[in-house]
Amino acid sequence: MSTIQPIAGELEPHPDVALVDRVRAGDVSAYDTLVRKYDRQIFRIAQHITQNREDAEDVMQDAFLKAYQKLGQFQGNSKFYTWLVRIAVNESLMRLRKRRTGKMVSIDEDVETEEGSVPRDLADWAPDPEQNYKQAELAEILRKTIQGLPQGFRIVFVLRDVEGLSTEETAETLGLSIPAVKSRLLRARLQLRERLSRYFRRKKVPGEARNEK
Amino acid sequence: MTCTEFLALLDDLIDDAVTAETRAELQQHLGRCGHCEVILNTTRKTIEIYRSHEIYDLPAGLRERLHAAIMARCKKGC
Repeated sequence: MSTIQPIAGELEPHPDVALVDRVRAGDVSAYDTLVRKYDRQIFRIAQHITQNREDAEDVMQDAFLKAYQKLGQFQGNSKFYTWLVRIAVNESLMRLRKRRTGKMVSIDEDVETEEGSVPRDLADWAPDPEQNYKQAELAEILRKTIQGLPQGFRIVFVLRDVEGLSTEETAETLGLSIPAVKSRLLRARLQLRERLSRYFRRKKVPGEARNEK
Repeated sequence: MTCTEFLALLDDLIDDAVTAETRAELQQHLGRCGHCEVILNTTRKTIEIYRSHEIYDLPAGLRERLHAAIMARCKKGC
């Protein structure tokens, strides 16, 4: 006799739900587990948005403290992680506003650019191109490249492709529509690809025939 | 299918969110367009590189310090 297997994530409650319940019941050590589970991701997201290490440290602390204080408001209809990410994104944007006094900072910033919507660099990359660089060098290239993206594209790419949120979760977290997330993601991916091509393209292209459209 | 049409579906193809029918059309285009093949492969690689390389590491010492600060305040009720 075959048994009906519950589908993960649908019928079984997410393990975070039990931890959140324990924290609500006064078990602070359960919060310790949640912090350890997500601190790297929150720190990374804060760094991507603020582009400043000290700000990211502050954001990480403030986001976890705020989440702890607001845990009573957590409804459980979204994942704890996406709820936490939303707090961290808001804290990061607030931190940026403080730093750039008088200048509006939002995720809608600089999204009118057409750059990257039509790929221009059509050269193929070397096989495993990242292996041509030392670890530190590669990290610097990746940092510099992603920092050059418009803020509104960068956040979408980080949440969606680096942190693995779904399109729906990214939209919910950022207060954007799903088409807006999709459009930004495509342009973010294409712009990053274009910029990385400078480093990763094959050094010499043998006289291959141009393959036109 | 033109390159512009291919590009409009690039993300759905990468995210595996296309129907079998659309996938077949996309594959057909790829079979005769080297440029779009390069764009698909290098875009996939772009995502993979960012996913697999830690560019903002949280060093162990800093992690413990931040962690201790957070938990100390939580225990005091923030």
